[in-house]
Amino acid sequence: MTSTPSNLRSPLAHARGLGSAKDGTEHWWSQRLTAIALVPLTIWFVFGVIRHLGADYAAFHAWIKSPFSAVMMILVAVVTFHHAQAGLQVVIEDYIHSEWRKLAALIAVKFLSFALALACVLAVAKIFIGA
Amino acid sequence: MVELNLPANSKVGVGKTINVANGAKRAKTFKIYRWSPDDGQNPRVDTYIVDLDKFGPMILDAIIYIKNQVDSTLTFRRSCREGICGSCAMNIDGANTLACLKAIEDVKGDVTIYPLPHMPVVKDLVPDLNHVYAQLASIKPWLQTQSPAPSRERLQSPEDRAKLDGLYECILCFCCSTSCPSYWWNGDRYLGPSILLQAYRWIVDSRDEMTGERLDNLEDPFRLYRCHTIMNCTKACPKGLNPAKAIAEIKKLMVVRR
Repeated sequence: MTSTPSNLRSPLAHARGLGSAKDGTEHWWSQRLTAIALVPLTIWFVFGVIRHLGADYAAFHAWIKSPFSAVMMILVAVVTFHHAQAGLQVVIEDYIHSEWRKLAALIAVKFLSFALALACVLAVAKIFIGA
Repeated sequence: MVELNLPANSKVGVGKTINVANGAKRAKTFKIYRWSPDDGQNPRVDTYIVDLDKFGPMILDAIIYIKNQVDSTLTFRRSCREGICGSCAMNIDGANTLACLKAIEDVKGDVTIYPLPHMPVVKDLVPDLNHVYAQLASIKPWLQTQSPAPSRERLQSPEDRAKLDGLYECILCFCCSTSCPSYWWNGDRYLGPSILLQAYRWIVDSRDEMTGERLDNLEDPFRLYRCHTIMNCTKACPKGLNPAKAIAEIKKLMVVRR
């Protein structure tokens, strides 16, 4: 166990701690939903890339420019990064037991995921809209 | 970050060897974890070589024989010797189980016996269970109602009673919780499989009227959602119960009630 209970505190006081956070179901459920969504999205993405093996820039450009591909590609990016940050949050909470390090790691993961997802979305949007 | 340094008393040394199997047809070697809070020493593993014809077939028979006839300082909990009290839970041959239900002949080679993993040790094979008992108390494992007490029994249909099967049999030996990596790393806040199975036993009881409050009390990233369906709990349970399924049922109810 990571934190030793103070000897003067009753075991029940330690077990009850700060009480229930009344939270966690949303996080757990969204992790499941994104996992389900990623099954078709990842299959589409992998087959899409394989289909364009050896294709030139113009072919790739044309593929992403189609509305269906653009929507799917944005979904792949958003759902993947949402799922990744949710999963990494669980790993961090499991293994990092110093509060400030945990907080720093969570902030880094959330900010980085959001920034990378936004970059992907903008890249697809740029191709789709014109350029 | 991840804790790489082992806590105090983690390095286990080699202890004494006592051979009382002179002329035995069936000799067996028991390697048993020993630690005393009184001598300031690190833990050690003592080796006892004994004659299997001197005692009964179970691991518990062997350690009772060792305590009575070979080394009276060996300390462990035991009571019913038939798998209903949960006292003799320990780590035998690398897996948590009850010493009284584990046959010696099921262990190939030397028998290693350690206390339940990742619990503070009181002495030898006796773990400190204060925290896990407090966690049990925190889920209020008794019938709670709002309506006034009836003048007769609280009725329950056979179908509703059947929902308690696979739950009421739990004897609180904590083989499951102490086999769970999530409980090892976050046991101060995560309730662990044994307590969550107990919690579900009252959540699913048709006579209980505090189901919502019970779910409220569990809805927490650490209390409940540290379960990552590793399934060590179900594998370890010496009573053949399925704590992982009970936890999954709680998670389902959390979604259903949203």
